[in-house]
Amino acid sequence: MNELIWIFISALLVNNFTLSLFLGLCPFLGVTQKLETAFRLGLANIFVMVITALASYALNTWVLIYAPYLRLISFIIVIASSVQFVEMAIKKLSPELFKALGIFLPLITTNCAILGLALFSTNKGYGFVEGLVYALGAGGGVTLALVLLASVREETRLSNIPKLIEGTALNLIIAGIISMAFMGFAGLFGSH
Amino acid sequence: MSEEANIEEAGKEFLKGLWKENPVFVAVLGMCPALAVTNSAINALAMGVATMFVLICSSILVSLLRNAIPKQVRITAYIVIIATFVSVIDFFLAAFTPEIHKELGAFIALIVVNCLILGRQESFASKNRPFLAFLDAAGMSSGFTIALLSIGIIREILGSGSLFGFSLFGASFEPWVVMILPPGGFFTLGFLLLFFNWYIQRRNKRNALIAKSEV
Repeated sequence: MNELIWIFISALLVNNFTLSLFLGLCPFLGVTQKLETAFRLGLANIFVMVITALASYALNTWVLIYAPYLRLISFIIVIASSVQFVEMAIKKLSPELFKALGIFLPLITTNCAILGLALFSTNKGYGFVEGLVYALGAGGGVTLALVLLASVREETRLSNIPKLIEGTALNLIIAGIISMAFMGFAGLFGSH
Repeated sequence: MSEEANIEEAGKEFLKGLWKENPVFVAVLGMCPALAVTNSAINALAMGVATMFVLICSSILVSLLRNAIPKQVRITAYIVIIATFVSVIDFFLAAFTPEIHKELGAFIALIVVNCLILGRQESFASKNRPFLAFLDAAGMSSGFTIALLSIGIIREILGSGSLFGFSLFGASFEPWVVMILPPGGFFTLGFLLLFFNWYIQRRNKRNALIAKSEV
């Protein structure tokens, strides 16, 4: 049980996917103008990550022990098709949720955080439950980072900022400061 | 079209990636590797070269197959092509430079989801002749490598006081450790973009002044 809590906290804070591993930066910089959308994208991310964790576990157990060189290709295809499948299922079951997620759902396919999750949890040799907890932690971490940056950006729109620094430069510097704050979590639980 | 115009056009396709449409500094594409593996110059260079190989090979192949791939499944087809070349470079690096492969870790595999590569297939290689696609890919990936290398050099000099592993300042230098940690990546790219903004604004102002004095 302790082990699982470690995995969760480590993925959520210490090795935060966005702020210390630099995964999923495109949505991090692209869709954080509004807190609301950033939060929804985060939820969609968690959702897809959990499905990816299940799929990559299945692939690792049944297919890739026979053909390890197919790892990358099979992961990306499974991720792309499962996102497609999830999209169709949500559209059928709950049109409201589908509308709320909008374009973000298909875009998640090319989000490096998803493939990163599959690769990292394979490299670390996580089993079924561990992989699931890792996915929840990583998804939560991505959501946390999105919400934090979006909240700061909403504030910056009200302040008087020099025209020179506006845009991506400012966002990167804000992200740097948030990331610096997250460095404070390093060393939690020793080297874990 | 005359021969000369052809050469000029080809040169333009190559050069645009270096500066005017630089993937990292202007288009802000491929950010994940640009920040994640640039904590030293040698890692940045390795990443740039690996990306160059994948982008050039897959651009040529996509361009050759551009009439054979059905429109509905094109994205999936591009991804499979890209993933194949990434697997090739992944195993190549693991065999010949195991140290660098270990340093870069999963980020080599993550070249698959680099939006720069998929973006070039979708917007250029799938619509142009193989030769032009090759030039476009070479230019874009050179621009990418230059951007990565400049971030890597700044971070390595400030963060560990060395360049390509050679110590620059001797033992008395106190390294600015935060620069090789994740926040340093954000800061370096942020300040580089700030510098380019400043430069472009200054140049525009000067051009406007010159235009005014000529009138």
